[in-house]
Amino acid sequence: MNIRKSVVRLINTFYLFLRKYKSGDDLFSKRVDSFFIETYSIHKFIARFFKELFQKPSEFREIIRQCYEVGFKSIPLITLTGFVIGIVFTKQSRPPLVEFGAASWLPSLIGIAFVRALGPLVTALIAAGKVGSNIGAELGSMKVTEQIDAMDVSAVNPFKFLVVTRVVATTVMIPVLTLYCTFVGLLGSYLNVHQNELTSFVTFIESAFAQVSFLDVSSAVVKSVIYGFTIGIVGCYRGFNASHGTQGVGKAANRAVVFSMFLIFAEEMIVVQITNWIASF
Amino acid sequence: MKNENQPGIKEEIVISIRGLYKSFGESQVLKGIDLDVFKGENFVVLGRSGSGKSVLIKIIAGLLKPDQGIVNVIGLKVDKLNQKELQGLRLKMGFIFQSSALYDSMTIRENLEFSMIRNFKHLSSTEINTAVEEVLDAVGLKEKINQMPSDLSGGQIKRIGIARTLILRPEIMLYDEPTAGLDPITCTEINELINEVQSRYNTSSIIITHDLTCAKETGHRIAMLQDGNFFRLGTFEEVFDTDDIRMKSFFDYNFIR
Repeated sequence: MNIRKSVVRLINTFYLFLRKYKSGDDLFSKRVDSFFIETYSIHKFIARFFKELFQKPSEFREIIRQCYEVGFKSIPLITLTGFVIGIVFTKQSRPPLVEFGAASWLPSLIGIAFVRALGPLVTALIAAGKVGSNIGAELGSMKVTEQIDAMDVSAVNPFKFLVVTRVVATTVMIPVLTLYCTFVGLLGSYLNVHQNELTSFVTFIESAFAQVSFLDVSSAVVKSVIYGFTIGIVGCYRGFNASHGTQGVGKAANRAVVFSMFLIFAEEMIVVQITNWIASF
Repeated sequence: MKNENQPGIKEEIVISIRGLYKSFGESQVLKGIDLDVFKGENFVVLGRSGSGKSVLIKIIAGLLKPDQGIVNVIGLKVDKLNQKELQGLRLKMGFIFQSSALYDSMTIRENLEFSMIRNFKHLSSTEINTAVEEVLDAVGLKEKINQMPSDLSGGQIKRIGIARTLILRPEIMLYDEPTAGLDPITCTEINELINEVQSRYNTSSIIITHDLTCAKETGHRIAMLQDGNFFRLGTFEEVFDTDDIRMKSFFDYNFIR
């Protein structure tokens, strides 16, 4: 009963706080207003996505096209980044491990680092920059040139065609790209290890995955699915709500990248905490 | 005022608006508009920039919600329809945007097919192809079928915009500034096309424009929108046969330049 009263009191205090600042014209009240309006509209946007996801038409062809755009066209950048990070990370990790006589642990260290953190995070950040900005700019441009309204008036649901297909594509393709990035990173790392220790690729891979658990792999998959969804939904939300001409398109692309990167870091911290909590049992 | 003496125009009302109000923030754009558009009629709305002409047709198309008032299109109250019903109504309505709003990542063929493929799933690809070629032929741009919108001139883009709506065989056409930004010869061609569309497909149209030549050549009735309401309504001659300074300045600017 006391808990109920406390919750009611807390909600009342919060409501009074909002009312106090809602009627004012000062900058703070406007920011409070816009923060809550934005939060509400993002949640509404996400709810609409899930509502329309299972409705007809499926737009399967467009989903495949978007998967190609998101996945295949990101391969060169992911390859370069993953490979270079693999080499550099191995090079930088070697001296302290050699100092403690633990150079043989290097493949395990690289394996754990790539599967648990580097693979999903690097892929997500690169995709946020490349794919997120692309989606934000493309939809933003369609919005300000009335192409989205044109779809609407020609009896085609623009949300289904533009938003649902892109979010599904990023949610499906980011885990695939993460897998690819991890593989390329390990390949880069192997080249460095092989240069120093003449280890075979099979031995390197066996050592790399020796310490990787099922929980590590499953948390990486869950993380990359969440990152993919975040990149897609933020890019689409920003683009779909773009306004004020070409300047608005630039802002939509920029905000899509900044906001999705911020969310990716926040999600990374949350997922790591949950994974560690599960691992402690 | 009816146009019973005009050929092709019937007494049947296809668009009926009563007491329409719309505001954006502090600014009240439409203040109690009443309007009837008859079947087969070309109704022209004239007015200064920012007078709410485009807002009016966007409300009719269901792109904007009115603050107050009733908008009836082919017997359906637009603001009371759910998404599915609104999509059904939109198949009977063609909207030509000022910028034409062609999908710039698609070819002309894909632009025209886009809505048809999704709304008429029973049609075969041959039937869709025939429909595409037929409307392109109607607007005189059959040879542009595989080009991108960026390869076309302003007048051609307007024509493709009209073709994109015609392919759905609409009963109502809503034109937002169809001649804006075009040279006088292309304007004349677009005006002729609007009249041809009306006579060939028996459409009823609302044409939003500043261009008095367009209004005179296409409109059966003309209304002047000012301060959120129609202050003159009738045929071109009736509307401009006045000493009202607002009408005279509008007329003089268009014809004595």
